Amino acid sequence: MSWPEKTPPSAGEKRSIGAGVFRRCEGCGETVTADDLAANFEVCPRCGHHHKLAAKGWRALLCDEGALEAWDEHLVPDDPLRFSDGRTYKERVAAAQKKTGAREGIEIGKASLGGRPIGYGAFVFAFMGGSMGSVVGEKITRLFERAAEEELPVVLLSASGGARMQEGILSLMQMAKSVAALERFRQRRLPFLSVLLHPTTGGVAASFAFLGDVNIAEPKALIGFAGPRVIETTIRQTLPPGFQRAEFLLEHGMIDAIVPRLEMKQTIGLLLDHLQDARAARTPR
Amino acid sequence: MFVLPFEKPIADLVEKVRALRALAASDRRFEPELQRLEEKTSRLAREIFADLTPIQKVQLSRHANRPYTLDYVKRLFTGWVELKGDRRFADDQAIVAGLATYHGRSVVVVGQQKGRGTKENVKRNFGMPHPEGYRKAIRMYELADKFGLPVLTFIDTPGAYPGIGAEERGQSEAIGAALAAMARARVPIVATIIGEGGSGGALALGVANRVIMLEFGCYSVITPEGCAAILWNDGARADEAAAQLKITAPELLQLGVVDLVVEEPTGGAHQDHDEAARMLDQTLWQTLTSLDGLSGDELVDDRYRRFRALGSFLA
Ligand SMILES: [Zn+2]
Repeated sequence: MSWPEKTPPSAGEKRSIGAGVFRRCEGCGETVTADDLAANFEVCPRCGHHHKLAAKGWRALLCDEGALEAWDEHLVPDDPLRFSDGRTYKERVAAAQKKTGAREGIEIGKASLGGRPIGYGAFVFAFMGGSMGSVVGEKITRLFERAAEEELPVVLLSASGGARMQEGILSLMQMAKSVAALERFRQRRLPFLSVLLHPTTGGVAASFAFLGDVNIAEPKALIGFAGPRVIETTIRQTLPPGFQRAEFLLEHGMIDAIVPRLEMKQTIGLLLDHLQDARAARTPR
Repeated sequence: MFVLPFEKPIADLVEKVRALRALAASDRRFEPELQRLEEKTSRLAREIFADLTPIQKVQLSRHANRPYTLDYVKRLFTGWVELKGDRRFADDQAIVAGLATYHGRSVVVVGQQKGRGTKENVKRNFGMPHPEGYRKAIRMYELADKFGLPVLTFIDTPGAYPGIGAEERGQSEAIGAALAAMARARVPIVATIIGEGGSGGALALGVANRVIMLEFGCYSVITPEGCAAILWNDGARADEAAAQLKITAPELLQLGVVDLVVEEPTGGAHQDHDEAARMLDQTLWQTLTSLDGLSGDELVDDRYRRFRALGSFLA
């Protein structure tokens, strides 16, 4: 439901004259060159800590040649409530678009994953905390609808603070809409692989993100319904260490597997092969 | 009786009307005076309520004397059999469910249930369900689907409970799965927002073919207090947040999020539970029967189209 006013850079950035950009790893605190981190998809080469990877990085990691045939890029936010909190919603959207270079908080389309055609979606967390407003809800709905039509499995990467407050109740309705679309998609017996990234909470967690045929999370990703601060305020006690982290969810039976980022493509490919084996056998290859 | 500051003049008059009505029942000479007072009360109520701010409407939707789900169950249905438990962990008393007869038809009923008074509120967790509550609801949607029974839901919750146990047992998954179960049910579903419609915790009872809302209910993606805390770090600015969020019945009707608004008795539903139920009954029955003749597939499609159309964007 909330998002940080400014998304902090994925690792502490500092410039050192003549030596390019160095960054401090959030896991081990060691200094790593930004190039090394980027080449390793933001996974610390020393300790394996997973820093946030931007949507573009995920595309490069999962989609063959980093290529996505983007769908419905023309959809942009409206301002149905004429919402203003001092700053208007329109201004906030414009600022997010400028900062991220994205038009909205998710990209969807068709891609190839190790030669397998897939319907692909990835949240842009840097865009207003990956919050789900009408455009995000509509694009997820269209992803499931079009993937059903084209008989594609869906791989959807969630990273979101939840509903987009500035669109009020209409953002809540996106939960129902996207899940209803998923239900239709499901009838075609096509796989839906849900990948839960850091962080996935609120209305995105409580709609389609846990409804994958397989739910996968990244190590240590924060995943839950309510944000930890809301829970602490409600129950007036400090939360145990590791609470709502991927490992906690695995222990409580809410996800199928924790998959390190650098193994993600291989694992998803393997899962798609298993789940579509019967289908492949029916239709001659 | 709990009285909000702004409703005090109305509550006083309603009290007088009640006393006079008792007198008039035994002595018809009081009838003209009763009629005069009734008119005055309803006029004053209309005036005062016409000027309510959104946050005052939120306060009405949370009124401690407001009729809750079981108050409607008692008045609208016969043959009530409560069904408990999610068959996995526990029976969540923040959600009540069961089978009942509504104008001769068997229906499945699911609703959030707040408690009256501290003791019952603890038992009901102030109407904030845990995952087991939503899993009970799912069980009911599937039961209804299997036996072809219509589903009537009653929404009245501050939200799904944010706690350790709730997270351990998968609050997110439970709500998401409830949305899915409603979306695929091949039976008519009518939801009524009788009080507070708190975010995803409310929506898990709200994926219906038709959504009815009581005049002084509210329905929001976040509580005005929570919204103000996030936006301005100041929960006290909830009134501004409530106005921004557009969470009152007329606003939601305009946005297409609710289909019908039902008026409440003079002074609000809490002033007269019987009358509130009677007023809802008319609309609820009409709405339910308006879905007669639709096949299971058509009902699923109808629901899909309804929610598919919600959202506002530029292309
Ligand atoms: Zn490190």
